Amino acid sequence: MSETLHLGPDEIGRMIRRLAHEIIENNRGAEGLVLAGMLARGFPIARRLAAEIAKFERIETPVGSLDIGLYRDDVSRRTAPISLRPSAMPDIDGATVVLVDDVLFTGRSVRAALDALLDFGRPARVRLAVLVDRGHRELPIRPDFVGKNIPTALVQSVDVRLLETDGEEGVYVSGEEAARA
Amino acid sequence: MLDAAEVTPAELPTQGWHEKDLLDTDTMTRDDIMLVMQSAEAMAEVRSRPQRKVATLRGRTIVTLFYEQSTRTRASFEVAGKSLGADVVNITASGSSVGKGESLIDTVRTLEAIGADALILRHHRSGAPYLAARHTSASVINGGDGTHAHPTQALLDLFTMRRHLGDVTGRKVVIVGDVLHSRVARSNLWTLVALGAHVVLCGPATLVPRTLAGGHFEQGSCEVTTDFDAAIAGADVVMALRMQKERQEHGLIPSLREYINGYQVTSQRLQRAAPGALVMHPGPMNEGIEIAPEVAHGLRSVVEEQVANGVAVRMAILYLLIAGRHG
Repeated sequence: MSETLHLGPDEIGRMIRRLAHEIIENNRGAEGLVLAGMLARGFPIARRLAAEIAKFERIETPVGSLDIGLYRDDVSRRTAPISLRPSAMPDIDGATVVLVDDVLFTGRSVRAALDALLDFGRPARVRLAVLVDRGHRELPIRPDFVGKNIPTALVQSVDVRLLETDGEEGVYVSGEEAARA
Repeated sequence: MLDAAEVTPAELPTQGWHEKDLLDTDTMTRDDIMLVMQSAEAMAEVRSRPQRKVATLRGRTIVTLFYEQSTRTRASFEVAGKSLGADVVNITASGSSVGKGESLIDTVRTLEAIGADALILRHHRSGAPYLAARHTSASVINGGDGTHAHPTQALLDLFTMRRHLGDVTGRKVVIVGDVLHSRVARSNLWTLVALGAHVVLCGPATLVPRTLAGGHFEQGSCEVTTDFDAAIAGADVVMALRMQKERQEHGLIPSLREYINGYQVTSQRLQRAAPGALVMHPGPMNEGIEIAPEVAHGLRSVVEEQVANGVAVRMAILYLLIAGRHG
């Protein structure tokens, strides 16, 4: 299956800076914000967002990591994740929590992340930020902040690679010929 | 503790869990063991939350079937199952049809028929869980069989060691006492050797079988000795085994007094171990026999931690066997 580079490292950097601005604007500053990065790739994106927010607002935004393995709806359907990782969340009671993930697809991971998040406390509100929205939602979930909409066919796959997790940087789309066929 | 932030996907296990049962650690690969360790870190994090329970195994039924007495293993599995949202049913040989002579196979089939997804079996006969596993589609977890194996104890021991020492490769682990009758020692030997630790089995000649470690002797990863004072030198872990009084009646040790003189873990002996060495015991302890009271509750003792870690490790095993199996 062929794979095409949709977005390179510079574009990812610009998207993250814009998302950081949008989050600050929506929140009217960075007070009371907590970023919750979904493992594995939402977490490094959340860290980068926090770094950008710190540059613009001179405020340290707490960043947590959420593993959704124990909350997925496909547990015991033999498609569950191979291994679990510990979550690490700061205090979220009364905070505005921004859930961060790399790709928004069916919405099932976000549903699981909401359940995971609420086990850690009672945030005042929860927002959703994603680097890429590829469509095909199966649940009534919509993002508040989107880096880039990439319309795809169901048979295609969207692959975000980040330096922190993959040693390279880019958004790749594969299966385009299958989609045309 | 392992920081989630530092775990990159590249470091995560790539092989999923494939086995229906957990009968011993002797067939586990390094990857299998690391998968349990990694998952147990996540479970320990769940246990540390204000809300210590998740619903992952909601609607699943776990049965503990114990033909032998146990406090910590049975309670640990029960808490582990409930922490994952499963229903847990406890059956003991005395309060069930087992007392009326129902065979193990019939009992296992009955429990499968009432909907057991996993069965934790403790039995005085070595090999009983293997027999049970062949007659049910439920996952069978060996909760200790005779003098043969106790895999969940070995995995929680390893988890406890890793939390203090990190990687156990090259670490010296001395297991002292009645190795001959110890399922804990046997199962620990396999996990430790698989991860590259150096294991020393130590005890009176009548209680340490020289054949136990088989090929591991040649590789130098396991040795056997009767000289505890020499063995403890530079040890990173000293694990004392329970010394049962009937061993004396059967003539395997001349007297308890003599055993204590030669093999009790004392603070004096511990001075010769590596700095920061861990003292472990699978419990229940005979204080004053295999372990001196001041050591059992001393600074280097991680005995209570072993019990606490047991819940996280058993959660990981239940998750992997019931929900996390691939293919």
